[in-house]
Amino acid sequence: MASVGTLYRGDISMWSWVAQRITGVAVLFFLYVHVLDTALVRVSPAAYDDVIASYKTPLVNFMEVGLVGAVLFHALNGLRVIAVDFWGKGTRYQKQMLWTIVAVWVLIMVPATYFMTLHTIQALFGSTP
Amino acid sequence: MTVTQHDLAVPNTRSPSRGGRNFEKTSWIFMRASGLVLVLLVLGHLLIMNVLDGGVQRINFAFVAGRWSSPFWQLWDLTVLWLAMLHGTNGLRVIINDYARSGKTRFWLRGVLYTASAATIILGTLVIFTFDPNLA
Ligand code: HEM
Repeated sequence: MASVGTLYRGDISMWSWVAQRITGVAVLFFLYVHVLDTALVRVSPAAYDDVIASYKTPLVNFMEVGLVGAVLFHALNGLRVIAVDFWGKGTRYQKQMLWTIVAVWVLIMVPATYFMTLHTIQALFGSTP
Repeated sequence: MTVTQHDLAVPNTRSPSRGGRNFEKTSWIFMRASGLVLVLLVLGHLLIMNVLDGGVQRINFAFVAGRWSSPFWQLWDLTVLWLAMLHGTNGLRVIINDYARSGKTRFWLRGVLYTASAATIILGTLVIFTFDPNLA
């Protein structure tokens, strides 16, 4: 018997739903951590400055680029989901909208990554002043 | 996309035909309404804190003190806190309903989720309202 029908294989659009789930949960988990680290402003200025210093290290800085990329994808694809739900032609153009948001994501992430990592790149590879 | 009651993995949702309010429908609308507001608030937050004017490198206690001296930014951060936590928590609640097989697993996962989210919202709200720029 052929395996047709035993396993759902959606097209590319199915992966946008998977990505919406993964990015949503990842961002929520980051938010828990982020409220905790910001809460250190109630402990002491030094405690807060110490934890923020870790955000400025190269490793966390690159992870932060990943977080921004995840939020941006989730936001753009969320808008696409809303368009599919409420715009009469949304379903018909859902795939075009998917490619559009991927293109917009790339267009925003290129300059965002540049500005976010400028300091890190200079610290890692730049000559000493 | 039309999802009928039959397609939903959510147990014991009230049938819309009974009329009145339906929690899952309210939740569905909330995800979309809060999402629209979060586009501005969250992307604005990321742009200001991580990209503009030196990004994260310029952030420290003094920066936060300057920012939260303005009621505008206090309200902005308070709104992001509440909307993003409620939106994310409700999203994860739906995911738990999708994957947790037994009622017991579902009960405990939800319990952990709601506890963590409630604690985070309360903590964050207190921090914004009780912030003291002169803390030594
Ligand atoms: C920035 C603007 C955002 C927009 C436009 C947006 C939009 C959406 C939409 C339309 C959904 C789908 C709801 C459904 O299928 O019923 C969704 C799901 C979700 N969102 Fe967001 N969201 C945003 C920000 C966030 C943030 C900041 C978080 C985390 C705190 C988050 C976490 C989630 C989670 C966990 C889900 C559930 C995913 C699922 O059920 O598959 N979202 N979002």
